[in-house]
Amino acid sequence: MKIDLTDTTSSKINAALMNARRAGGATAAGMVLTLVIVTDEGSAYDALKAANDASREHPSRILAVIKRAGRSPRARAETRLDAEILVGADVGSGETVVLRMHGELAAHAQSVVLPLLLPDAPVVVWWPENSPQHPAQDPLGAIAQRRITDAVTAESPVGQLAQRAASYTPGDTDLAWTRITGWRSMLAAALDQYPAKITSAVVEGESYNPSVELLGLWLTTRLHVPVERVVTGGPGITSVTLRTKDGAITLDRPDGLMGTLSMPGAPDRQVALKRRETSELIAEELRRLDPDDIYAAAVRTPVERLREPAAAQAHPGPDPDPEPAPVVVEASVANPARVTAKVPAAKKTVAGKTEAGKTAAKKAAPRKRSGS
Amino acid sequence: MSNDYPEVEQGDPPLVPENPLRDPADRRLPRIAGPSGLVIFGVTGDLSRKKLMPAIYDLANRGLLPPGFSLVGFARREWEDEDFAKEVHDAVKEHARTPFREEVWQQLAKGMRFVQGTFDDDEAFETLRKTIAELDEEQGTGGNFAFYLSVPPKFFPNVVQQLKKHGLADPPQGSWRRAVIEKPFGHDLASAQELNKVVHEVFPRDEVFRIDHYLGKETVQNILALRFANTMFEPIWNRSYVDHVQITMAEDIGIGGRAGYYDGIGSARDVIQNHLLQLMALTAIEEPASFHPKALVAEKLKVLSAVKLPDDLGKHTVRGQYATGWQGGEEVLGYLDEDGIDPESKTDTFAAIKLEINNRRWAGVPFYLRTGKRLGRRVTEIAVVFQRAPYLPFDSYATEELGQNALVIRVQPDEGVTVRFGSKVPGTSFEVRDVTMDFAYGESFTESSPEAYERLILDVLLGDANLFPRHQEVELSWEILDPIEKYWDTHGKPAQYPSGTWGPAEADEMLARDGRSWRRP
Repeated sequence: MKIDLTDTTSSKINAALMNARRAGGATAAGMVLTLVIVTDEGSAYDALKAANDASREHPSRILAVIKRAGRSPRARAETRLDAEILVGADVGSGETVVLRMHGELAAHAQSVVLPLLLPDAPVVVWWPENSPQHPAQDPLGAIAQRRITDAVTAESPVGQLAQRAASYTPGDTDLAWTRITGWRSMLAAALDQYPAKITSAVVEGESYNPSVELLGLWLTTRLHVPVERVVTGGPGITSVTLRTKDGAITLDRPDGLMGTLSMPGAPDRQVALKRRETSELIAEELRRLDPDDIYAAAVRTPVERLREPAAAQAHPGPDPDPEPAPVVVEASVANPARVTAKVPAAKKTVAGKTEAGKTAAKKAAPRKRSGS
Repeated sequence: MSNDYPEVEQGDPPLVPENPLRDPADRRLPRIAGPSGLVIFGVTGDLSRKKLMPAIYDLANRGLLPPGFSLVGFARREWEDEDFAKEVHDAVKEHARTPFREEVWQQLAKGMRFVQGTFDDDEAFETLRKTIAELDEEQGTGGNFAFYLSVPPKFFPNVVQQLKKHGLADPPQGSWRRAVIEKPFGHDLASAQELNKVVHEVFPRDEVFRIDHYLGKETVQNILALRFANTMFEPIWNRSYVDHVQITMAEDIGIGGRAGYYDGIGSARDVIQNHLLQLMALTAIEEPASFHPKALVAEKLKVLSAVKLPDDLGKHTVRGQYATGWQGGEEVLGYLDEDGIDPESKTDTFAAIKLEINNRRWAGVPFYLRTGKRLGRRVTEIAVVFQRAPYLPFDSYATEELGQNALVIRVQPDEGVTVRFGSKVPGTSFEVRDVTMDFAYGESFTESSPEAYERLILDVLLGDANLFPRHQEVELSWEILDPIEKYWDTHGKPAQYPSGTWGPAEADEMLARDGRSWRRP
């Protein structure tokens, strides 16, 4: 069922929602959270589709906030709220309200959203793109328990990580982090099977993809070893190598679908490691609403801690053959000059980081920037 | 900055006690089973096709199986590895809960093997041993294997002895070998003890996993959450407020093609001994000190050993057989007319019993357990029925329609919890009527929760025994049921009830004698 309300108010929307539910014979009792999506007309469709799919796992009230401040003074002068209410089977489980805010109202979105929140249920805000500088201080972010951003959609995706770290407030999370859960769990499982001491690590993946950096930073915080970042043509993350005294544990995924796990003393094994849809990422985010300390620790580690490959020229792209890896070990360990030389660069500020990202980017052709 | 990193240690690699990539706070990372494989005996059976294979695929699809996980099928059929893989493929496509993904299938298919043979065929077990050794080489299963005995219990001794004889039950250093067995765990105390002896001779107690798939259900695990994570239920969860408890497991189907298995066993042995007594134990236990398997089993054993049978078994137990009738718009045969059933059979297809638990919390509160085939509809539920309010300050006609408050845990289908209480009917007169407050899993949580077998297989591979009945529980359950079965053997015969109804009139009389009545689930 679809109900259009033009030039309306929150209380009229509430009344319409209740009527729509009564007509359908359902109650709001089963919905577990309110998901606020702050978006524009351009990305509203994809975001709503993903959220509706996710709502099959987490029945929720979805409020899509579309700000239309208006381009002309005349348009800006008119303040108006239009709402489109969608309930029933075709919009997932739960209910969806698309709120279009015109004129000055666009600056006061929280006044519309606040009365429409489900009583006593958690609130999650998701910015599919154009996330605010400080999500927790955003008027909409302030009413939420969980704030989901997506660094990959920023102008400078890797630089965005520093921004996320600077503004981190418990409850913040980023889809660039969610995308690497599969990698993280497979690497943790690999270490369960082969509990050796890791001496250094390498993450390889496309440029402009902060997930690769986050994975590297996570390994840095957990393992306390040097981690190298190698740029490849993607898609997403292509390989992770954890070096041990007796050889390397390598998880290699050249095609974005099927990974190969190899470790010393064991046969190579295939693992399914598919890049996930946005709806699956959102569903994972909604599963736990408590602060993610592990993400906080990873994102707060400066990106400069990741090192450029000691033998970068030896890695022009995805390397299907893991054999050259040990050569790199020796290069990085046996060449302390290289490490010392890196230190001044690491002391650069945020601006320097962006540059570093761009330099890295030049090494590989930019790819589609959708997932990890 | 570089001095943040600890020196690379020289000499022998130290044993790293904890995985640095894991952190209890990192709750996105799932529990993935360690390197391991599963050997299924009786892999051509229904259970294996409809439940086990799909569950294994679903686990793989959710990323919970280790890389290199291997599945070995053992059966009489003359199959090659490819035929077996095709069979699994078809079973997965038809029955899996999660969508079929080719890359997940590829990962699984690499570790699939089939061993052809019978249970007394030494050569086949030797092949099995070689297959497992090969899988350790090729797939890195690390010697960790679970043997799933999806075969009739009469073959158990045979299979476990063969496993022992061929060294399959002895784990190589640092690995494990586990046995997984399905109900029935014997047909009385003596046979259960015999079975336990046979299995424990070969596998250590802690490595034997008895599957009661009810315990893997989300709703059953939720009983513990409901009782021990909330404050509002516990204060009234005792004899001061609870009038009685009804636990029902009803099926709408008949015995189908299982005549050979069912006749002589009956519903009490098939269902009450395991599922219903387990549900009763979880409803009645005291708070365990922790969720360590030992702590939980200790509490369950306390409850089961405090169970008291009624003095007059004739008055407080009822058994029945379904007769020809109409069920859900279909005319169905009576039990005695089913194919392969002796027309003189005294096997029960319906059983209702009254139990009491002798402890401070439950003394005097009857637990009514009933199960049956060809009943009104398929449903399993636990209903905790509360006492009436001691005094009602209303006119007597105002509360005429007010029943007893009840809390109903719906185990299946339509999983959830219902609370029934009185509410004023809108209008000028004061009238109170029962209403329900409802929590449905499907509404608040995932559209499809994991199947019980997914959880249980994963727990076997992880070695987590919490959701598996221990041998003491099985033996205690038989101690409860044996006197009833013995009484039934020597007294009368099952009452007939028309198919599609809620059991024989005798069952209603049994509760009426106590001044109570069955809920219609």
